Amino acid sequence: MDPIIEFHNISKEYALGGVVRRQETFRELVMRSLHTPFRARAAEPKRAGGGRFWALRDISFDVNPGEVIGIIGRNGAGKSTLLKIMSRITDPTEGLIRIRGRMASLLEVGTGFHPELTGRENIFLNGAILGMRKTEIVSKFDEIVAFSEVEKFLDTPVKRYSSGMYVRLAFAVAAHLNPEILVVDEVLAVGDMAFQKKCIGKMSEVSQSGRTVIFVSHNMAAVQNLCQRGVVLTGGKLAFNGSAEDAIQHYLHSVSGEGAHGHIIDLANTPRATLGRPRLLERMEFYTDGDLPMPGSLPMGAGLKIRVHFPFAEPVNSFDVGIGFDNMFGQRVFTAHSGFQPDRPQATRIGPQVFVCNIPSLTMVPGEYTLRIWLEINRREVDLVDDAARIQIIESDYYGTGRVPWNGSFVLQHQWYVESVSGVSSTS
Amino acid sequence: MDGSFELIVKPRSGWQPIDWKEAVLYRELLGFLVWRDIKIRYRQTLLGGLWAVLQPLMAMIIFTFVFNRMAGVKSDGPPYPLFAFAGLAPWVFFSNAVSASSNSLVANQQLVSKTYFPRVFIPLGAVLALLVDLGFSLALLLCMMVRYHWSLNYQALLLPLFILAALLSASGLGLIFSALNVSFRDVKYAIPFVIQMGLFVTPVIYPIRYIPARLRLLVALNPMTGVELGFRSALLGSAMDWDLIRVSLVVSLVLFLSGLLIFRRMERRFADLI
Repeated sequence: MDPIIEFHNISKEYALGGVVRRQETFRELVMRSLHTPFRARAAEPKRAGGGRFWALRDISFDVNPGEVIGIIGRNGAGKSTLLKIMSRITDPTEGLIRIRGRMASLLEVGTGFHPELTGRENIFLNGAILGMRKTEIVSKFDEIVAFSEVEKFLDTPVKRYSSGMYVRLAFAVAAHLNPEILVVDEVLAVGDMAFQKKCIGKMSEVSQSGRTVIFVSHNMAAVQNLCQRGVVLTGGKLAFNGSAEDAIQHYLHSVSGEGAHGHIIDLANTPRATLGRPRLLERMEFYTDGDLPMPGSLPMGAGLKIRVHFPFAEPVNSFDVGIGFDNMFGQRVFTAHSGFQPDRPQATRIGPQVFVCNIPSLTMVPGEYTLRIWLEINRREVDLVDDAARIQIIESDYYGTGRVPWNGSFVLQHQWYVESVSGVSSTS
Repeated sequence: MDGSFELIVKPRSGWQPIDWKEAVLYRELLGFLVWRDIKIRYRQTLLGGLWAVLQPLMAMIIFTFVFNRMAGVKSDGPPYPLFAFAGLAPWVFFSNAVSASSNSLVANQQLVSKTYFPRVFIPLGAVLALLVDLGFSLALLLCMMVRYHWSLNYQALLLPLFILAALLSASGLGLIFSALNVSFRDVKYAIPFVIQMGLFVTPVIYPIRYIPARLRLLVALNPMTGVELGFRSALLGSAMDWDLIRVSLVVSLVLFLSGLLIFRRMERRFADLI
């Protein structure tokens, strides 16, 4: 059987915005002419390198009909670019993709939703944007509404919806697409847990119906659940192509060992996912109990103090810092945010700042955690470092019994006791 | 669709004509985009659809006062208010259509960077949605004609031709400007100014005879000149100046086709640049 999708040497080159070739200064011109007076032109600095980069390089692989394939990789590995090329949103620079079947792409939940339109109207508009026929939408309308659980608000403009309702309605439309090939990007990372579960259920239903699914995610648990095959992208290149389990192992191995460890992390030179913003976050430092610099790893239950350095060029009245802890499966296990503090004194500040987050006891189970840190000014995110640091939590005798917890995500203090029940007495 | 459906994604190059097959495949979506634009245009406004006629109506009242009463500009036969309104109705459509379509891609960034469908639908949808407003203005014009005891003649049958020409001119410009707007947001600031100037170099509120005969052919290169002359003759029954109208009609067609070609050439990079 022919593959349903063939990728042949797909490459994509981007020009970095705003990079203008630097003019040669007069001094450099003179110096160069003195060194090589007769080959002045040939010695001119090459244009390439500086202003362009390859987001994808020579990606080739096949997808067979009915296969559910997960594309995994770090931020910036080129996953989204690959999906965008496949979905014809942007052209590849080189290479070719052959697609044998009707394809629908879901790169975002609720694309084209208009806040002024009602839920009912948006179902039709969004369905059409995703490539559904009007008759198709009409025939599935009741199913979509039932799945979304927003029946009562169908004739309310979606701008009055809560964010949960909005996401549910948007996913409901997408979930009822019926293409031969479905391309999905990270959309499961939205909504509450119950709804996420429902979505994963719907996704596996889709994959069991024999359709081909291409699924991009950070969430290894979802990939493990849904996919048979995995493709790992690293720095725009295809690093691994094989079974989903092997792909996840490959990814986890490549991730651990990479990234910033140690107790002082330089953030000023860490790349950001959003280009063109000033890199305000300069540095973060880790200390453990007794204000000692954190060694390579932290015992489960130990205290963690994070000092964050950033400057304000102009006076700022209101700012916040958030730090997210993601486990190896890419799931957020904990978010520390200064906005959660009820009575933090606010004052106008300018110049260099040191903002300290003190966590008396970090009770995640052993493993490696990736930290994402962001800075907000007046409740707007102004800087974000996705993969800012890694911390290793190691086993410890948290409960003081010598027993180490073997599963779950957290250890928490808890008590057990026997309540006496009348009529039954303990034998001693 | 059918089992033999095969799609090849690869770098595009050169000037490509319209992809008719794809346009047919997605035809319903164009309808949905037009419907969306119409639905949301006057949502949460007090006067609602009244805005569609208020704009040319107010302009007519002001121009009648300033140009007709104060500056002594005369029409070419019909009462000046009728004359001005018959000119302003297509002009307001044209200017709204050009500015709406020019900003349409940027206003729909999410659609451009997260989904795929023929991109031309975005500016074209913005233009088509304004036809409803034009319909309202024309209805008002008919009421005014009853009030002024001015009747239609057989030339009214030609009106669809001039509506089409207005559509082509507005779409042609809209396609070019919206594509440019993706890379250069200067367009957003230039458009209102250009449209304002356009009102004075197009015979909208004055008859064509005010322009020296030797310059008229030059003025006809502005496709809206033919649209204005045509609208007025078709609705108010004055003689059709085919020599000039023909030139404008050809220009509007050329403008539309070049708009399509330019747009299709530039659309490859929209998602990267927007």
